[in-house]
Amino acid sequence: MSTERPAPTDRAAADGHQQDGGGRCRARTVRGERCRNPAGPSGLCARHQRRLDEAAAGAATDAAGVPHGAETPADPFEPFLDWAEEALGFLRRRLTGEYRVDEFGHDPDLVEHVLAPMLRPLYRHWWRVETRGLEHVPDKGAALVVGNHAGTLPFDAMMVALAILDEHPARRTLRMLAADMAFSLPVVAHLARKSGNTLACPEDAERLLRAGELVGVWPEGYKGLGKPFSERYRLQRFGRGGFVEVALRTGAPIIPVAVVGSEEIYPMIGNLRRLARLLGVPYVPVTPTFPLLGPLGMVPLPSRWVIEFCPPIPTDGYGPDALLDPMAVFDLTDQVRDTIQQTIYRNLADRGGAFG
Amino acid sequence: MAEPSRRILVTGAARSTGGRVVAALAADPSVASVVAVDDAPAAEPFGAKVEFLQADLGSPALVRVLRSTGVDTCVHLGVTAEPQAAGGRASMKERNVLGTMQLLAAAYHAPELRRVVLKSTTAVYGSAPGDPAVWTESMEPGTPRHGFAKDAMQVEDYVRSFDRRRPDVTAIVLRLANQVGPTVENPLTRYFALPVCPVVFGFDPRLQFLHEEDAEAALVRAVLGPVTHGTFNIAGDGVVLLSQAIRIAGKPPLPIPEPLVPSATELLRRTVDVSPEQVSFLQFGRVADTTAARVELGFAPRWSSLQAFEDFAAARLTGVVTEERVARVERDVLTALHRAAAWFSSEVRT
Repeated sequence: MSTERPAPTDRAAADGHQQDGGGRCRARTVRGERCRNPAGPSGLCARHQRRLDEAAAGAATDAAGVPHGAETPADPFEPFLDWAEEALGFLRRRLTGEYRVDEFGHDPDLVEHVLAPMLRPLYRHWWRVETRGLEHVPDKGAALVVGNHAGTLPFDAMMVALAILDEHPARRTLRMLAADMAFSLPVVAHLARKSGNTLACPEDAERLLRAGELVGVWPEGYKGLGKPFSERYRLQRFGRGGFVEVALRTGAPIIPVAVVGSEEIYPMIGNLRRLARLLGVPYVPVTPTFPLLGPLGMVPLPSRWVIEFCPPIPTDGYGPDALLDPMAVFDLTDQVRDTIQQTIYRNLADRGGAFG
Repeated sequence: MAEPSRRILVTGAARSTGGRVVAALAADPSVASVVAVDDAPAAEPFGAKVEFLQADLGSPALVRVLRSTGVDTCVHLGVTAEPQAAGGRASMKERNVLGTMQLLAAAYHAPELRRVVLKSTTAVYGSAPGDPAVWTESMEPGTPRHGFAKDAMQVEDYVRSFDRRRPDVTAIVLRLANQVGPTVENPLTRYFALPVCPVVFGFDPRLQFLHEEDAEAALVRAVLGPVTHGTFNIAGDGVVLLSQAIRIAGKPPLPIPEPLVPSATELLRRTVDVSPEQVSFLQFGRVADTTAARVELGFAPRWSSLQAFEDFAAARLTGVVTEERVARVERDVLTALHRAAAWFSSEVRT
């Protein structure tokens, strides 16, 4: 009976919506931006391929001598119709389950159509992020991006990821390592995985690096996120150097990244420790606006941001003994930490006023 | 072609996977005979070369068969995940753990025995928010578990210790992911057959599926393939999110806030045999790495997780939200928008 049944087919691939994060459409949208749709076999997405076919058909009728009138003026509704078509296509794929996630749960379709568009205004207009040193992020292959962590909520991590997704020529996805609390909270849990993150544990980090992914880690963790405003821009302890061990094991270069601006978004002037213990969270921040203004106090302040990627620190020249030598791990950890700290000081002086 | 020489004993043969494995083994030219064992009567008669023995795993008849008939391979499929079908949790544990102990005690005295194949489950890894994203066979599952996962872990331990005590026997443990397909019956297939699928609000776990044909093929490979040794994860390639599976099934999801989950489970237990570990599976999911099975066992599944689930959904489920309906609505809305735009343009121009 089993031989008569049809062979497994690949519905999503047949539809031209292969979500392997690889090929993007070569065309540009009417707004002059790069098209973000995944490319089909011709190098164009389904939408632009169709448009090309239509144009070809139009040219053919012209050649046949059918009166075509003057140049048709650009349809004012074109951008809106484009947008509607893309949005409807996305909704259909959601409703029929026609999208792909990788083994970590990364869902590029959702990131592209929902999550990144939600964060983009914050990046461009609210925090006016200036990104430097993107040339230090490789176009392909494994690398470990290590950054400072601050600002109560991990917006700094999201902005670094968005900087690489939007402004790096290879449009790479930063696969970040998050605390296990992120995976036990409702809503946060599934958004964390869908946006490409996974649990901060050596197994996951190593697996991603061996697969040639760009991995992001914030070794300060809660100590960095939840530090008081008076300690701003002073780096906390960098964990126990676990990220260095993973980099040494896989030979992936470490790219330090320094984020300036995230410290001012929620200036933490107090911490409701008892309430935090009651709720089972690492801290409950008190800022000048929260909880005073209630939900309105959760709007982050519009500080000016500078993100700088520093030159990669190679880890493949250390040899197999480095892992056995705690001093080598300590030294490398300190080197990364110092690089980030110095870059922060330099960019702080550069930036001038926090809200200018 | 070599003379048929293999003599194989299969436990749990009256259940769906067992029946298919017995049939596939009996069809192989290298197999001389199959003894199919189960404590329940077989639903369908077995073919030639198969002798059915209705007995529980501790029965003297089974001991006799193992000692005297020259069985060279013992395929243990008798570990069950369904407390209700087994007559309660206590009786399920009895059958799973003590049954295995008795089987292995008898197998210890089988002179010709060279291979033991155990059907285990990826459930031994559990499901927790602090788990690694992808489990490999060498990772130690964290906290002590309960229910089926604990049974399976203990059964695996017995098989491994048997492997040490009988150096001439090689033990292969297959940890199968959740099976789906046109015929297989388990708590998960019944879950997707519900009119609405309850989910834990705010969680969208990654699931792996194994097509029933691939489950059968993997077990047959472990029995008839070259001699290997060890524990292997068996699952379809890729992962499927629960939300995605529910959409492919065409069901509406019913999100339940986490605090209400225990009472909802209690209500649901009347229709579906759900255990706490299945609830945490539907909250946190689980993914296992199948590289070892590919490299060492030489087994690659024919169906990916997505394909396996689509095949199951197409064969068994009648969806409310179908692909055609959604596509039709999309086309209609788009046409209407284009028409409205064209109308507006002509109005503006005139």
